[in-house]
Amino acid sequence: MKRVAVCAVAQYKCDSNIWHKRFQGMLLDVLEDIQKQTGMHFSEDGGVRSIVSSSDDVFDARTISDNGMTDVLGAHYREEEKMAQESLNALGYAMSIIRSGHEDVVYVAGHCKESQGESRNMCTNLSYDPFYCRSLGLDYTNVAALQARVYMAKSGLTEEQMAKIVVRARQWAAKNPYANATEQVELGEVMYSPMLCDPIRTLHAYPVSDGAVAFLLASEEKAHEYTDNPVWLTGFGSCMDSYFLGDRDLASNFALKKAAGRAYNMAGVKDAAEEIDLAEVMDCFAYQQPMWLEGLGFCGDGEGAQFIDEGGLEKYHVNLSGGMLAGNPIMTSGLYRAAEAVIQLKGEAGEHQASGVSRAVAQSTTGGAGQFHTVVVLER
Amino acid sequence: MGKRNRNVGIIGIGQTEYSSHKEHQNQVEMVNEGVRYALEDAGITLDDIDCVIHGNMELFEMVHQPDLWHSLGSGAYGKEQLRITTGGTTGASLVCAADNLVASGMYDVVMAIGLEKLQEGHTTGGITNMADPLWFRHLQTGALTATTATMMMEEFGEERAKRAAMKYRIMMDKHACLNPRAHRRFGLDYDQIDDLMNTSPQLVGELRLIHMCSQSDGACVMIFASEEKAKKLCKNPVWIRDHITVHREETFNNFGIEMPEMTHHYAARKLFERNGVTNPVEYFDVFEMYDPSAWWGLDWAREFLLLKGDEHIRLLEDGEFDLDGKLPINPSGGVTASNPIGATAMLRPAEAAMQIRGDAGPQQIKKEVRHALASGFGGTLWTVLIMLEKDLDWQEV
Repeated sequence: MKRVAVCAVAQYKCDSNIWHKRFQGMLLDVLEDIQKQTGMHFSEDGGVRSIVSSSDDVFDARTISDNGMTDVLGAHYREEEKMAQESLNALGYAMSIIRSGHEDVVYVAGHCKESQGESRNMCTNLSYDPFYCRSLGLDYTNVAALQARVYMAKSGLTEEQMAKIVVRARQWAAKNPYANATEQVELGEVMYSPMLCDPIRTLHAYPVSDGAVAFLLASEEKAHEYTDNPVWLTGFGSCMDSYFLGDRDLASNFALKKAAGRAYNMAGVKDAAEEIDLAEVMDCFAYQQPMWLEGLGFCGDGEGAQFIDEGGLEKYHVNLSGGMLAGNPIMTSGLYRAAEAVIQLKGEAGEHQASGVSRAVAQSTTGGAGQFHTVVVLER
Repeated sequence: MGKRNRNVGIIGIGQTEYSSHKEHQNQVEMVNEGVRYALEDAGITLDDIDCVIHGNMELFEMVHQPDLWHSLGSGAYGKEQLRITTGGTTGASLVCAADNLVASGMYDVVMAIGLEKLQEGHTTGGITNMADPLWFRHLQTGALTATTATMMMEEFGEERAKRAAMKYRIMMDKHACLNPRAHRRFGLDYDQIDDLMNTSPQLVGELRLIHMCSQSDGACVMIFASEEKAKKLCKNPVWIRDHITVHREETFNNFGIEMPEMTHHYAARKLFERNGVTNPVEYFDVFEMYDPSAWWGLDWAREFLLLKGDEHIRLLEDGEFDLDGKLPINPSGGVTASNPIGATAMLRPAEAAMQIRGDAGPQQIKKEVRHALASGFGGTLWTVLIMLEKDLDWQEV
């Protein structure tokens, strides 16, 4: 099977209100960044012909949200397909385009501007069915609160541990030039920040964020035309859990375990805790960081809280970007996770560079309380 | 396109009936109906499916990430799942994606679901919402435009162009009347051409109500498998030979007064060139085209089939696009008959594949169908073009 290389990544610095740029502006910046790094172009002769975008019609308030950005995707008279889902899935699909033999080079770009809507909870409330759940007021925040309670009961995760997660996230975020929330916070501040949705406090939740990310992928044969330092995309997997909350065991990590198992299987990883040395997880809320790490196989079921106390976060270089807690837009978090993993593996992470990392995992989720998960494995 | 990693066959097709209202079922139940038909058609169960791909437009039904809710009926529970949408082309993009996913070796069997329940939203409002909020939204009239009608009347004379567009429309209705799943089946006949040309209500200029596509509810589901699996699971898989997608910028006037090459023409030119098809009218046995209006359908036949001058109008006038003609177009009745938007572009390869299998039902073409072409349309004149084959005997070019 063809190997798929990540030749370059470009991240737009996240912010809570990028009022001075439309999404097209952010996308143009990441495109030009990729072009500068790799010299890629879209000409008829040997240029990129395949583009996978990722965005969401509801967050953009536009039907066919990719319609208004054909030019800044380089997709004029080219193939373009939109991953209308969390953006990490775009990487998996782009990988299949190359492995199928259909195209050798694929440009991937995702964006989301949470600031455009009156409330992101209004957007995610719309993901619930119009008969039962929507009128109850369910959204991704209050559904996460239900999951947080179940997980705290199962793992013994405390207020103090959650506060530690947030404090640490902000410390790493301060070293990441693309992170949004870089202001330092203290334990007490987190523990007594206003209650958002019990037990989730304001500082347990990721800040409203805007941003855009781009990737250039190529087959092994073509990769050298764009980079001397490729990172390999070796595993991809996803999984869907049930829709109704009452049908799910909210602390079981059912979907994440399956998604991770599939990605690891594709990449030939047998034991994540032994073979992976960097993890980027989509922790929209503090409790999710240990919970997703359990699902990814870094510690046993219900052991996430203990894992944190035993130094697991440093051992596995978890979220050195600051993670989702430092603020990425919800539909684009996966590409930010993977982009951080790529620059770490390339050794280009600057001030927050980890040493000796050779295999990384990036994870993202969509839906209330992690109904759907996606996992990719990246290697040097 | 490079060398295919492995071949991909269509092994199952499921369609609901299409209608303006489906009050007896919700979106989940409608999806489930399509999924059941497709599994039954393929003779497999959900256990055989590795990955589900899903597509419809969020702002038509106002459901964000509807695949999460639809998982109750889509069979995605516990499986891999992707959601790909590209506007009107969504269904065709899903077919291209399924082809890529299976050909990649990452999945052996992929099920693609395209759907729309337009009854539950405001379609023209939804389409208008695609336009740029600063520059174009206040000008946009959904998908309604008479530019093509005006240009055709200029090129071929008013009378001939209007007559041809109405003949095309009535031909589609005749095909739709044969298709038990089609939404609009009026029972029109060619002696009504003159009457309809003058009495059908005008929407915009010479685009009249009768010319325009419907708003439908319905789902289309297709199952794809690797060559090895397809041969094991299915007696008569239909093979995907190649596909091409061509997008273009949203603005129509950035290139001076010269009309740029239409994406339909560009797509056809590139696809046929790399597959060694020199005469598409001769080569293909059926063409399922995404024809959002009779004017567009007729005009685009020229682009897709690389015809010149009035060749497409002559072929229509001579009955060559009829079911017993040289190249039947839309035996299903096409988009003017049935248009559940997220499924519409999947109906094209689905119906074309059924023609190749020979089990399309009352609209089956009498002569053998070996080579089929299917198109999708969406966005601001975006095109997807898919080539299907009965046998795995084509030559790599």
